[in-house]
Amino acid sequence: MTDLATPASPASPTGEAALGDEGAPAPATRKRRSLLDVTGPLLVFAAFLGAWNLLSYGLFPLLGLPDQKQFLLPPPHEVVRESFTQWEPQPNRGLAPLLSKLWISTQLAFVGLAIATGLGMVIGILMSQARWIERSSWPYLVALQSIPILAVAPLIGNVVNFDFGGKLIVTVVIALFPVVANTLFGIKSVDRSLHELFDLHGTSRWTRLIKLELPIAAPAIFEGFRISAGLAVIGAVVGDLTMGEGEGGIGQLIQVYRQRLRNPEMIGAIVLAALLGLAFFWAFGFLKRRAVGHWYDAERPR
Amino acid sequence: MTDLTTSTPAARAGSSDGSLVFDRVSMKFPDGTHALTNVSFGVGPGEFVTVVGPSGCGKSTLLRIASGLTEHTAGTVSVDRSGIGYVFQDATLLPFRSVQHNVELLAELHGVSPAERKRLAEEAIALVGLRGHEKQYPKQLSGGMRMRCSLARSLVLKPSVFLFDEPFGALDEITRERLNDELLRLFQHEGFCSLFITHSIYEAVFLSTRVLVMSQRPGRIIGDFRVPFPYPRPHDLRFEPAFAELSGQISHALRGAHE
Repeated sequence: MTDLATPASPASPTGEAALGDEGAPAPATRKRRSLLDVTGPLLVFAAFLGAWNLLSYGLFPLLGLPDQKQFLLPPPHEVVRESFTQWEPQPNRGLAPLLSKLWISTQLAFVGLAIATGLGMVIGILMSQARWIERSSWPYLVALQSIPILAVAPLIGNVVNFDFGGKLIVTVVIALFPVVANTLFGIKSVDRSLHELFDLHGTSRWTRLIKLELPIAAPAIFEGFRISAGLAVIGAVVGDLTMGEGEGGIGQLIQVYRQRLRNPEMIGAIVLAALLGLAFFWAFGFLKRRAVGHWYDAERPR
Repeated sequence: MTDLTTSTPAARAGSSDGSLVFDRVSMKFPDGTHALTNVSFGVGPGEFVTVVGPSGCGKSTLLRIASGLTEHTAGTVSVDRSGIGYVFQDATLLPFRSVQHNVELLAELHGVSPAERKRLAEEAIALVGLRGHEKQYPKQLSGGMRMRCSLARSLVLKPSVFLFDEPFGALDEITRERLNDELLRLFQHEGFCSLFITHSIYEAVFLSTRVLVMSQRPGRIIGDFRVPFPYPRPHDLRFEPAFAELSGQISHALRGAHE
Protein backbone atom coordinates (compact mmCIF):
# COMPACT_ATOMS: atom_id res chain seq x y z
CA MET A 1 0.00 0.00 0.00
CA THR A 2 2.89 2.38 0.70
CA ASP A 3 3.84 1.74 -2.81
CA LEU A 4 0.99 3.78 -4.19
CA ALA A 5 3.01 6.96 -4.10
CA THR A 6 5.97 5.70 -6.06
CA PRO A 7 4.76 5.32 -9.60
CA ALA A 8 6.73 4.22 -12.58
CA SER A 9 9.78 6.21 -13.48
CA PRO A 10 9.28 8.74 -16.26
CA ALA A 11 9.62 7.43 -19.72
CA SER A 12 12.79 8.22 -21.50
CA PRO A 13 11.65 10.47 -24.31
CA THR A 14 13.29 8.61 -27.12
CA GLY A 15 14.04 5.09 -26.07
CA GLU A 16 10.66 4.23 -24.65
CA ALA A 17 9.59 1.15 -26.55
CA ALA A 18 6.16 1.49 -25.08
CA LEU A 19 3.50 -1.12 -24.74
CA GLY A 20 1.04 -1.36 -27.53
CA ASP A 21 2.97 0.91 -29.83
CA GLU A 22 3.05 0.15 -33.50
CA GLY A 23 6.40 0.33 -35.18
CA ALA A 24 6.81 0.01 -38.89
CA PRO A 25 8.35 -3.43 -39.09
CA ALA A 26 8.41 -5.80 -41.99
CA PRO A 27 5.01 -7.49 -42.50
CA ALA A 28 6.20 -10.89 -41.28
CA THR A 29 7.54 -9.53 -37.99
CA ARG A 30 4.42 -7.52 -37.60
CA LYS A 31 2.19 -10.57 -37.94
CA ARG A 32 4.26 -12.55 -35.50
CA ARG A 33 4.20 -9.74 -32.99
CA SER A 34 0.46 -9.16 -33.21
CA LEU A 35 -0.11 -12.86 -32.56
CA LEU A 36 2.17 -12.64 -29.55
CA ASP A 37 0.38 -9.47 -28.47
CA VAL A 38 -2.85 -11.43 -28.11
CA THR A 39 -1.66 -14.82 -26.93
CA GLY A 40 0.98 -13.54 -24.52
CA PRO A 41 -1.37 -11.61 -22.24
CA LEU A 42 -3.99 -14.38 -22.52
CA LEU A 43 -1.51 -16.98 -21.32
CA VAL A 44 -0.47 -14.80 -18.41
CA PHE A 45 -4.13 -14.26 -17.57
CA ALA A 46 -4.80 -18.00 -17.60
CA ALA A 47 -1.80 -18.64 -15.38
CA PHE A 48 -2.98 -15.92 -13.04
CA LEU A 49 -6.48 -17.43 -12.76
CA GLY A 50 -4.96 -20.85 -12.17
CA ALA A 51 -2.75 -19.61 -9.36
CA TRP A 52 -5.70 -17.76 -7.84
CA ASN A 53 -7.88 -20.86 -7.85
CA LEU A 54 -5.05 -22.86 -6.40
CA LEU A 55 -4.63 -20.32 -3.63
CA SER A 56 -8.28 -20.16 -2.67
CA TYR A 57 -9.03 -23.91 -2.91
CA GLY A 58 -5.80 -25.74 -2.34
CA LEU A 59 -3.59 -23.63 -0.21
CA PHE A 60 -5.75 -23.08 2.80
CA PRO A 61 -6.11 -26.77 3.72
CA LEU A 62 -2.54 -27.37 2.65
CA LEU A 63 -1.20 -24.77 5.06
CA GLY A 64 -3.54 -25.97 7.76
CA LEU A 65 -5.45 -22.71 7.79
CA PRO A 66 -8.98 -22.91 9.12
CA ASP A 67 -11.63 -23.42 6.45
CA GLN A 68 -13.63 -20.56 7.85
CA LYS A 69 -11.03 -18.14 6.57
CA GLN A 70 -11.38 -19.28 2.99
CA PHE A 71 -13.96 -16.60 2.29
CA LEU A 72 -11.16 -14.05 2.58
CA LEU A 73 -9.84 -15.11 -0.80
CA PRO A 74 -12.84 -16.14 -2.90
CA PRO A 75 -12.09 -17.88 -6.20
CA PRO A 76 -12.45 -15.88 -9.43
CA HIS A 77 -15.85 -17.21 -10.46
CA GLU A 78 -17.28 -16.12 -7.14
CA VAL A 79 -15.94 -12.60 -7.66
CA VAL A 80 -17.52 -12.48 -11.09
CA ARG A 81 -20.86 -13.86 -9.83
CA GLU A 82 -21.12 -11.51 -6.87
CA SER A 83 -19.82 -8.36 -8.55
CA PHE A 84 -20.62 -8.50 -12.23
CA THR A 85 -23.60 -10.80 -12.87
CA GLN A 86 -26.21 -9.13 -10.69
CA TRP A 87 -27.37 -5.57 -11.19
CA GLU A 88 -28.38 -4.53 -7.69
CA PRO A 89 -29.61 -7.41 -5.49
CA GLN A 90 -29.42 -5.24 -2.39
CA PRO A 91 -28.48 -1.59 -1.83
CA ASN A 92 -24.73 -1.11 -2.32
CA ARG A 93 -24.22 -4.55 -3.86
CA GLY A 94 -23.85 -5.83 -7.41
CA LEU A 95 -22.81 -4.14 -10.61
CA ALA A 96 -24.92 -0.95 -10.37
CA PRO A 97 -23.12 0.69 -7.43
CA LEU A 98 -19.76 -0.44 -8.81
CA LEU A 99 -20.39 1.28 -12.11
CA SER A 100 -21.80 4.48 -10.64
CA LYS A 101 -18.85 4.78 -8.26
CA LEU A 102 -16.46 3.97 -11.09
CA TRP A 103 -17.97 6.86 -13.05
CA ILE A 104 -17.29 9.23 -10.16
CA SER A 105 -13.68 8.06 -10.00
CA THR A 106 -13.36 8.45 -13.76
CA GLN A 107 -14.45 12.07 -13.53
CA LEU A 108 -12.04 12.79 -10.70
CA ALA A 109 -9.17 11.09 -12.50
CA PHE A 110 -9.98 12.96 -15.69
CA VAL A 111 -10.09 16.40 -14.09
CA GLY A 112 -6.92 15.62 -12.14
CA LEU A 113 -5.20 14.42 -15.29
CA ALA A 114 -6.25 17.53 -17.22
CA ILE A 115 -4.76 19.76 -14.52
CA ALA A 116 -1.61 17.62 -14.23
CA THR A 117 -0.96 17.66 -17.97
CA GLY A 118 -1.54 21.42 -18.30
CA LEU A 119 0.46 22.32 -15.22
CA GLY A 120 3.14 19.73 -15.97
CA MET A 121 3.71 21.05 -19.47
CA VAL A 122 3.96 24.63 -18.22
CA ILE A 123 6.49 23.63 -15.56
CA GLY A 124 8.44 21.49 -18.03
CA ILE A 125 8.54 24.28 -20.61
CA LEU A 126 9.67 26.86 -18.04
CA MET A 127 12.40 24.51 -16.84
CA SER A 128 13.58 23.91 -20.39
CA GLN A 129 13.88 27.63 -21.15
CA ALA A 130 16.27 28.58 -18.37
CA ARG A 131 18.94 26.51 -16.75
CA TRP A 132 18.47 28.22 -13.38
CA ILE A 133 14.77 27.37 -13.27
CA GLU A 134 15.58 23.75 -14.01
CA ARG A 135 18.37 23.61 -11.45
CA SER A 136 16.41 25.27 -8.69
CA SER A 137 13.12 23.41 -9.09
CA TRP A 138 14.30 19.90 -9.94
CA PRO A 139 15.03 18.79 -6.34
CA TYR A 140 11.53 19.77 -5.27
CA LEU A 141 9.94 17.85 -8.08
CA VAL A 142 11.91 14.78 -7.14
CA ALA A 143 10.92 15.30 -3.51
CA LEU A 144 7.28 15.62 -4.54
CA GLN A 145 7.71 12.36 -6.34
CA SER A 146 9.30 10.49 -3.48
CA ILE A 147 7.11 11.57 -0.55
CA PRO A 148 4.58 8.82 0.11
CA ILE A 149 1.29 10.42 -0.82
CA LEU A 150 -0.56 8.53 1.90
CA ALA A 151 1.46 10.45 4.46
CA VAL A 152 0.71 13.82 2.93
CA ALA A 153 -2.94 13.24 2.09
CA PRO A 154 -4.22 13.96 5.64
CA LEU A 155 -2.28 17.22 5.63
CA ILE A 156 -3.76 18.19 2.27
CA GLY A 157 -7.16 17.28 3.67
CA ASN A 158 -6.66 19.46 6.72
CA VAL A 159 -5.57 22.45 4.69
CA VAL A 160 -8.02 22.13 1.79
CA ASN A 161 -10.79 19.67 2.59
CA PHE A 162 -11.51 15.97 2.58
CA ASP A 163 -13.92 16.37 -0.31
CA PHE A 164 -13.44 16.80 -4.06
CA GLY A 165 -10.79 19.53 -3.68
CA GLY A 166 -8.52 17.45 -1.48
CA LYS A 167 -8.88 14.34 -3.63
CA LEU A 168 -8.18 16.38 -6.74
CA ILE A 169 -4.94 17.70 -5.27
CA VAL A 170 -3.85 14.18 -4.35
CA THR A 171 -4.56 13.07 -7.91
CA VAL A 172 -2.64 15.98 -9.43
CA VAL A 173 0.36 15.44 -7.14
CA ILE A 174 0.58 11.79 -8.13
CA ALA A 175 0.13 12.40 -11.86
CA LEU A 176 2.26 15.52 -12.31
CA PHE A 177 5.82 14.28 -12.47
CA PRO A 178 5.89 12.22 -15.69
CA VAL A 179 4.47 15.11 -17.70
CA VAL A 180 7.05 17.55 -16.32
CA ALA A 181 9.95 15.16 -16.82
CA ASN A 182 8.93 14.10 -20.32
CA THR A 183 8.24 17.66 -21.47
CA LEU A 184 11.63 18.75 -20.18
CA PHE A 185 13.56 15.81 -21.63
CA GLY A 186 11.66 16.01 -24.90
CA ILE A 187 12.56 19.66 -25.38
CA LYS A 188 16.15 19.07 -24.35
CA SER A 189 16.50 16.27 -26.87
CA VAL A 190 16.20 18.70 -29.80
CA ASP A 191 19.26 18.38 -32.02
CA ARG A 192 21.86 21.10 -31.74
CA SER A 193 22.02 21.55 -35.48
CA LEU A 194 18.26 22.19 -35.57
CA HIS A 195 18.75 24.90 -32.97
CA GLU A 196 21.52 26.35 -35.09
CA LEU A 197 19.26 26.40 -38.11
CA PHE A 198 16.86 28.55 -36.11
CA ASP A 199 19.78 30.64 -34.74
CA LEU A 200 20.83 31.50 -38.28
CA HIS A 201 17.46 33.09 -38.89
CA GLY A 202 17.29 35.08 -35.70
CA THR A 203 14.24 33.27 -34.40
CA SER A 204 12.53 34.49 -31.24
CA ARG A 205 12.24 32.22 -28.26
CA TRP A 206 8.51 31.87 -28.66
CA THR A 207 8.71 30.94 -32.34
CA ARG A 208 11.41 28.43 -31.54
CA LEU A 209 9.25 26.88 -28.85
CA ILE A 210 6.19 26.63 -31.07
CA LYS A 211 7.80 25.65 -34.33
CA LEU A 212 10.69 23.50 -33.12
CA GLU A 213 10.83 22.44 -29.50
CA LEU A 214 7.26 21.46 -28.72
CA PRO A 215 6.69 19.50 -31.95
CA ILE A 216 9.95 17.59 -31.49
CA ALA A 217 9.06 16.93 -27.85
CA ALA A 218 5.49 15.88 -28.68
CA PRO A 219 6.08 12.10 -28.70
CA ALA A 220 7.81 12.28 -25.32
CA ILE A 221 5.08 14.54 -23.94
CA PHE A 222 2.36 12.17 -25.09
CA GLU A 223 4.26 9.33 -23.47
CA GLY A 224 4.21 11.37 -20.27
CA PHE A 225 0.44 11.87 -20.63
CA ARG A 226 0.01 8.14 -20.94
CA ILE A 227 1.95 7.31 -17.80
CA SER A 228 0.20 10.12 -15.94
CA ALA A 229 -3.18 8.82 -17.09
CA GLY A 230 -2.59 5.54 -15.32
CA LEU A 231 -1.33 7.37 -12.25
CA ALA A 232 -4.36 9.67 -12.18
CA VAL A 233 -6.60 6.63 -11.68
CA ILE A 234 -4.39 5.52 -8.79
CA GLY A 235 -4.63 9.07 -7.43
CA ALA A 236 -8.42 9.04 -7.56
CA VAL A 237 -8.58 5.75 -5.64
CA VAL A 238 -6.00 6.89 -3.09
CA GLY A 239 -7.97 10.11 -2.64
CA ASP A 240 -11.05 8.04 -1.77
CA LEU A 241 -9.12 5.87 0.64
CA THR A 242 -7.62 8.80 2.51
CA MET A 243 -10.49 11.30 2.41
CA GLY A 244 -13.94 10.19 3.39
CA GLU A 245 -16.06 13.24 2.79
CA GLY A 246 -18.29 14.03 -0.14
CA GLU A 247 -19.39 11.63 -2.79
CA GLY A 248 -16.77 8.92 -2.95
CA GLY A 249 -15.68 6.89 -5.91
CA ILE A 250 -14.63 3.30 -6.39
CA GLY A 251 -12.06 3.65 -3.61
CA GLN A 252 -14.78 4.41 -1.11
CA LEU A 253 -16.66 1.33 -2.20
CA ILE A 254 -13.51 -0.76 -1.73
CA GLN A 255 -13.35 0.48 1.84
CA VAL A 256 -17.01 -0.24 2.50
CA TYR A 257 -16.68 -3.80 1.22
CA ARG A 258 -13.53 -4.32 3.23
CA GLN A 259 -15.22 -3.24 6.42
CA ARG A 260 -18.17 -5.53 5.70
CA LEU A 261 -15.86 -8.40 4.78
CA ARG A 262 -17.55 -8.56 1.39
CA ASN A 263 -14.37 -9.73 -0.28
CA PRO A 264 -15.82 -10.90 -3.63
CA GLU A 265 -17.23 -7.42 -4.30
CA MET A 266 -14.08 -5.79 -2.98
CA ILE A 267 -11.97 -7.73 -5.44
CA GLY A 268 -14.49 -6.88 -8.15
CA ALA A 269 -14.05 -3.19 -7.35
CA ILE A 270 -10.26 -3.52 -7.49
CA VAL A 271 -10.52 -5.24 -10.87
CA LEU A 272 -12.70 -2.43 -12.20
CA ALA A 273 -10.28 0.21 -10.92
CA ALA A 274 -7.44 -1.62 -12.67
CA LEU A 275 -9.45 -1.79 -15.90
CA LEU A 276 -10.10 1.94 -15.66
CA GLY A 277 -6.37 2.56 -15.37
CA LEU A 278 -5.73 0.35 -18.40
CA ALA A 279 -8.44 2.15 -20.38
CA PHE A 280 -6.84 5.52 -19.63
CA PHE A 281 -3.43 4.17 -20.57
CA TRP A 282 -4.69 2.75 -23.86
CA ALA A 283 -6.72 5.82 -24.71
CA PHE A 284 -3.64 8.01 -24.44
CA GLY A 285 -1.56 5.55 -26.38
CA PHE A 286 -4.15 5.78 -29.14
CA LEU A 287 -4.11 9.57 -28.92
CA LYS A 288 -0.33 9.57 -29.21
CA ARG A 289 -0.40 7.45 -32.34
CA ARG A 290 -3.04 9.70 -33.87
CA ALA A 291 -1.10 12.85 -33.02
CA VAL A 292 2.48 11.97 -33.90
CA GLY A 293 2.33 8.49 -35.42
CA HIS A 294 2.55 9.76 -39.00
CA TRP A 295 6.06 11.06 -38.53
CA TYR A 296 7.35 9.58 -35.30
CA ASP A 297 6.61 5.85 -35.35
CA ALA A 298 8.10 5.41 -38.78
CA GLU A 299 11.28 6.87 -37.39
CA ARG A 300 11.86 4.41 -34.59
CA PRO A 301 14.50 1.92 -35.58
CA ARG A 302 13.55 -1.61 -34.62
CA MET B 1 49.97 27.68 -55.32
CA THR B 2 52.36 30.44 -54.24
CA ASP B 3 49.62 32.97 -53.99
CA LEU B 4 48.39 32.00 -50.56
CA THR B 5 46.51 34.87 -49.07
CA THR B 6 45.43 37.33 -51.74
CA SER B 7 41.84 37.42 -52.76
CA THR B 8 40.36 38.48 -56.02
CA PRO B 9 39.70 42.17 -56.63
CA ALA B 10 36.00 41.44 -56.87
CA ALA B 11 35.99 39.89 -53.42
CA ARG B 12 37.82 42.85 -51.99
CA ALA B 13 35.15 45.20 -53.23
CA GLY B 14 32.87 44.31 -50.36
CA SER B 15 29.97 42.20 -49.36
CA SER B 16 26.89 43.95 -50.65
CA ASP B 17 27.16 42.32 -54.05
CA GLY B 18 26.99 38.82 -52.62
CA SER B 19 30.53 37.99 -51.68
CA LEU B 20 32.46 36.88 -48.67
CA VAL B 21 35.81 38.20 -47.46
CA PHE B 22 37.97 36.87 -44.64
CA ASP B 23 40.76 39.24 -43.67
CA ARG B 24 43.42 37.89 -41.28
CA VAL B 25 40.82 36.02 -39.28
CA SER B 26 41.92 34.08 -36.20
CA MET B 27 39.86 32.04 -33.84
CA LYS B 28 40.82 30.92 -30.38
CA PHE B 29 38.39 28.91 -28.32
CA PRO B 30 37.84 29.84 -24.66
CA ASP B 31 39.78 26.73 -23.63
CA GLY B 32 42.86 28.12 -25.40
CA THR B 33 42.82 25.98 -28.56
CA HIS B 34 43.71 27.86 -31.68
CA ALA B 35 41.28 26.85 -34.39
CA LEU B 36 42.35 29.30 -37.09
CA THR B 37 45.32 31.61 -37.53
CA ASN B 38 45.46 34.47 -39.95
CA VAL B 39 43.10 33.16 -42.55
CA SER B 40 42.53 35.49 -45.49
CA PHE B 41 40.64 34.76 -48.65
CA GLY B 42 37.67 35.99 -50.56
CA VAL B 43 34.82 34.44 -52.45
CA GLY B 44 33.60 36.74 -55.17
CA PRO B 45 30.38 36.64 -57.16
CA GLY B 46 30.26 33.63 -59.40
CA GLU B 47 33.02 31.88 -57.47
CA PHE B 48 32.83 28.43 -55.99
CA VAL B 49 35.54 28.04 -53.36
CA THR B 50 36.13 24.73 -51.63
CA VAL B 51 38.22 24.16 -48.54
CA VAL B 52 39.85 20.78 -47.98
CA GLY B 53 41.97 19.85 -45.01
CA PRO B 54 42.65 17.20 -42.40
CA SER B 55 39.90 16.43 -39.89
CA GLY B 56 39.72 18.85 -37.03
CA CYS B 57 41.66 21.55 -38.85
CA GLY B 58 39.01 24.17 -38.36
CA LYS B 59 37.23 23.92 -41.73
CA SER B 60 33.83 23.82 -40.12
CA THR B 61 34.78 26.63 -37.76
CA LEU B 62 35.51 28.68 -40.86
CA LEU B 63 31.94 28.21 -42.04
CA ARG B 64 30.48 28.84 -38.63
CA ILE B 65 32.36 32.13 -38.48
CA ALA B 66 31.15 33.07 -41.95
CA SER B 67 27.56 32.42 -40.94
CA GLY B 68 27.83 34.15 -37.59
CA LEU B 69 27.14 31.01 -35.55
CA THR B 70 30.59 31.40 -33.97
CA GLU B 71 32.40 34.65 -33.25
CA HIS B 72 35.98 34.93 -34.45
CA THR B 73 38.53 36.45 -32.09
CA ALA B 74 40.66 38.52 -34.47
CA GLY B 75 40.50 39.93 -37.97
CA THR B 76 37.49 40.95 -40.02
CA VAL B 77 34.83 39.05 -41.92
CA SER B 78 32.63 40.88 -44.36
CA VAL B 79 29.55 39.22 -45.70
CA ASP B 80 25.93 40.13 -46.11
CA ARG B 81 24.34 37.78 -43.59
CA SER B 82 20.82 38.49 -44.73
CA GLY B 83 21.55 36.57 -47.90
CA ILE B 84 23.25 33.47 -46.57
CA GLY B 85 22.25 29.93 -47.26
CA TYR B 86 23.71 27.31 -44.91
CA VAL B 87 23.67 23.61 -45.63
CA PHE B 88 24.59 21.44 -42.66
CA GLN B 89 26.40 18.12 -42.56
CA ASP B 90 23.11 16.35 -42.10
CA ALA B 91 19.89 17.48 -43.66
CA THR B 92 18.50 18.92 -40.38
CA LEU B 93 14.93 18.57 -41.56
CA LEU B 94 12.09 18.86 -39.09
CA PRO B 95 10.83 15.27 -38.79
CA PHE B 96 7.25 16.35 -38.13
CA ARG B 97 6.96 18.42 -41.32
CA SER B 98 6.37 17.15 -44.81
CA VAL B 99 8.84 18.02 -47.57
CA GLN B 100 6.65 20.94 -48.67
CA HIS B 101 6.48 22.40 -45.17
CA ASN B 102 10.15 21.79 -44.47
CA VAL B 103 11.04 23.75 -47.58
CA GLU B 104 8.70 26.55 -46.54
CA LEU B 105 10.26 26.80 -43.07
CA LEU B 106 12.84 29.53 -43.59
CA ALA B 107 10.44 31.72 -45.55
CA GLU B 108 7.99 31.21 -42.71
CA LEU B 109 10.59 32.31 -40.15
CA HIS B 110 11.17 35.43 -42.21
CA GLY B 111 7.50 36.31 -42.28
CA VAL B 112 6.79 35.58 -45.95
CA SER B 113 3.04 35.27 -46.61
CA PRO B 114 1.64 31.73 -46.89
CA ALA B 115 0.71 32.04 -50.56
CA GLU B 116 4.09 33.45 -51.50
CA ARG B 117 6.09 30.88 -49.56
CA LYS B 118 4.04 28.07 -51.02
CA ARG B 119 4.94 29.32 -54.48
CA LEU B 120 8.63 29.75 -53.56
CA ALA B 121 8.76 26.27 -52.05
CA GLU B 122 7.17 24.67 -55.11
CA GLU B 123 9.75 26.38 -57.27
CA ALA B 124 12.64 25.20 -55.08
CA ILE B 125 11.26 21.66 -54.87
CA ALA B 126 11.12 21.53 -58.65
CA LEU B 127 14.69 22.86 -58.87
CA VAL B 128 16.13 20.07 -56.74
CA GLY B 129 14.02 17.40 -58.43
CA LEU B 130 11.78 16.48 -55.53
CA ARG B 131 8.49 17.08 -57.31
CA GLY B 132 5.98 14.40 -56.37
CA HIS B 133 7.45 13.96 -52.89
CA GLU B 134 5.93 17.11 -51.36
CA LYS B 135 3.69 15.25 -48.97
CA GLN B 136 6.27 12.78 -47.71
CA TYR B 137 7.93 13.01 -44.32
CA PRO B 138 11.73 13.04 -43.90
CA LYS B 139 11.83 9.48 -42.62
CA GLN B 140 10.27 8.26 -45.84
CA LEU B 141 13.09 9.80 -47.87
CA SER B 142 16.51 8.42 -48.76
CA GLY B 143 19.63 10.24 -47.57
CA GLY B 144 20.09 11.87 -50.97
CA MET B 145 16.49 13.05 -51.12
CA ARG B 146 16.76 14.51 -47.65
CA MET B 147 19.79 16.47 -48.73
CA ARG B 148 17.89 17.74 -51.79
CA CYS B 149 15.11 18.84 -49.48
CA SER B 150 17.64 20.64 -47.30
CA LEU B 151 19.04 22.38 -50.38
CA ALA B 152 15.58 23.39 -51.49
CA ARG B 153 14.89 24.84 -48.07
CA SER B 154 17.93 27.15 -48.38
CA LEU B 155 17.16 28.01 -52.02
CA VAL B 156 13.78 29.44 -51.07
CA LEU B 157 15.40 32.57 -49.65
CA LYS B 158 17.45 33.01 -52.83
CA PRO B 159 20.74 33.51 -50.97
CA SER B 160 23.63 35.26 -52.64
CA VAL B 161 26.19 33.33 -50.56
CA PHE B 162 25.91 29.61 -49.96
CA LEU B 163 27.86 27.85 -47.22
CA PHE B 164 28.15 24.06 -47.40
CA ASP B 165 29.47 22.07 -44.45
CA GLU B 166 30.36 18.67 -45.93
CA PRO B 167 26.79 18.23 -47.06
CA PHE B 168 27.30 15.04 -49.06
CA GLY B 169 29.82 13.33 -46.77
CA ALA B 170 27.36 10.73 -45.53
CA LEU B 171 26.08 9.72 -48.96
CA ASP B 172 27.20 6.87 -51.16
CA GLU B 173 29.48 7.61 -54.11
CA ILE B 174 26.83 7.48 -56.84
CA THR B 175 24.38 9.70 -54.97
CA ARG B 176 27.15 12.10 -54.13
CA GLU B 177 28.22 12.43 -57.76
CA ARG B 178 24.67 12.95 -58.89
CA LEU B 179 24.13 15.64 -56.28
CA ASN B 180 27.43 17.27 -57.29
CA ASP B 181 26.17 17.48 -60.88
CA GLU B 182 22.92 19.00 -59.70
CA LEU B 183 24.59 21.42 -57.34
CA LEU B 184 26.63 22.77 -60.24
CA ARG B 185 23.49 23.15 -62.30
CA LEU B 186 21.96 25.17 -59.42
CA PHE B 187 25.18 27.16 -59.00
CA GLN B 188 24.99 28.27 -62.62
CA HIS B 189 21.27 28.75 -62.71
CA GLU B 190 20.94 30.71 -59.44
CA GLY B 191 24.24 32.60 -59.58
CA PHE B 192 25.14 32.40 -55.90
CA CYS B 193 28.73 32.22 -54.69
CA SER B 194 29.74 29.23 -52.60
CA LEU B 195 32.06 28.29 -49.83
CA PHE B 196 32.13 24.51 -49.64
CA ILE B 197 33.81 22.23 -47.11
CA THR B 198 34.66 18.63 -47.97
CA HIS B 199 37.04 15.76 -47.32
CA SER B 200 36.92 14.62 -50.90
CA ILE B 201 39.50 16.07 -53.25
CA TYR B 202 37.58 14.86 -56.31
CA GLU B 203 34.43 16.52 -55.14
CA ALA B 204 36.39 19.71 -54.48
CA VAL B 205 37.98 19.77 -57.93
CA PHE B 206 34.79 18.86 -59.72
CA LEU B 207 32.74 21.60 -58.11
CA SER B 208 35.04 24.52 -57.63
CA THR B 209 36.57 27.48 -59.32
CA ARG B 210 39.18 27.44 -56.57
CA VAL B 211 40.35 24.95 -53.97
CA LEU B 212 42.00 26.00 -50.70
CA VAL B 213 44.03 23.55 -48.65
CA MET B 214 44.17 24.01 -44.91
CA SER B 215 46.86 22.87 -42.51
CA GLN B 216 46.27 20.96 -39.34
CA ARG B 217 45.11 22.89 -36.34
CA PRO B 218 45.61 25.76 -35.92
CA GLY B 219 44.25 26.04 -39.44
CA ARG B 220 46.07 28.13 -42.00
CA ILE B 221 45.68 28.18 -45.74
CA ILE B 222 48.68 26.37 -47.18
CA GLY B 223 47.53 25.78 -50.73
CA ASP B 224 45.45 27.69 -53.24
CA PHE B 225 44.55 26.08 -56.55
CA ARG B 226 42.58 27.57 -59.43
CA VAL B 227 40.46 25.05 -61.23
CA PRO B 228 40.49 25.97 -64.92
CA PHE B 229 37.65 23.78 -66.23
CA PRO B 230 34.74 25.74 -67.71
CA TYR B 231 31.12 25.25 -66.65
CA PRO B 232 28.91 23.40 -67.32
CA ARG B 233 31.16 20.55 -66.33
CA PRO B 234 30.26 17.21 -67.87
CA HIS B 235 29.99 14.19 -65.64
CA ASP B 236 32.98 12.59 -67.39
CA LEU B 237 35.28 15.47 -66.51
CA ARG B 238 36.18 13.33 -63.51
CA PHE B 239 38.04 10.93 -65.81
CA GLU B 240 40.10 13.51 -67.75
CA PRO B 241 43.89 13.50 -67.30
CA ALA B 242 43.91 17.20 -66.41
CA PHE B 243 41.40 16.52 -63.66
CA ALA B 244 43.54 13.72 -62.29
CA GLU B 245 46.65 15.86 -62.43
CA LEU B 246 45.09 18.71 -60.48
CA SER B 247 43.64 16.26 -57.96
CA GLY B 248 47.11 14.80 -57.56
CA GLN B 249 48.62 18.21 -56.85
CA ILE B 250 45.99 18.95 -54.24
CA SER B 251 46.42 15.53 -52.71
CA HIS B 252 50.12 16.24 -52.47
CA ALA B 253 49.54 19.55 -50.70
CA LEU B 254 47.06 17.88 -48.41
CA ARG B 255 49.54 15.20 -47.49
CA GLY B 256 51.92 18.00 -46.56
CA ALA B 257 49.23 19.32 -44.26
CA HIS B 258 49.10 16.02 -42.43
CA GLU B 259 52.77 16.08 -41.61
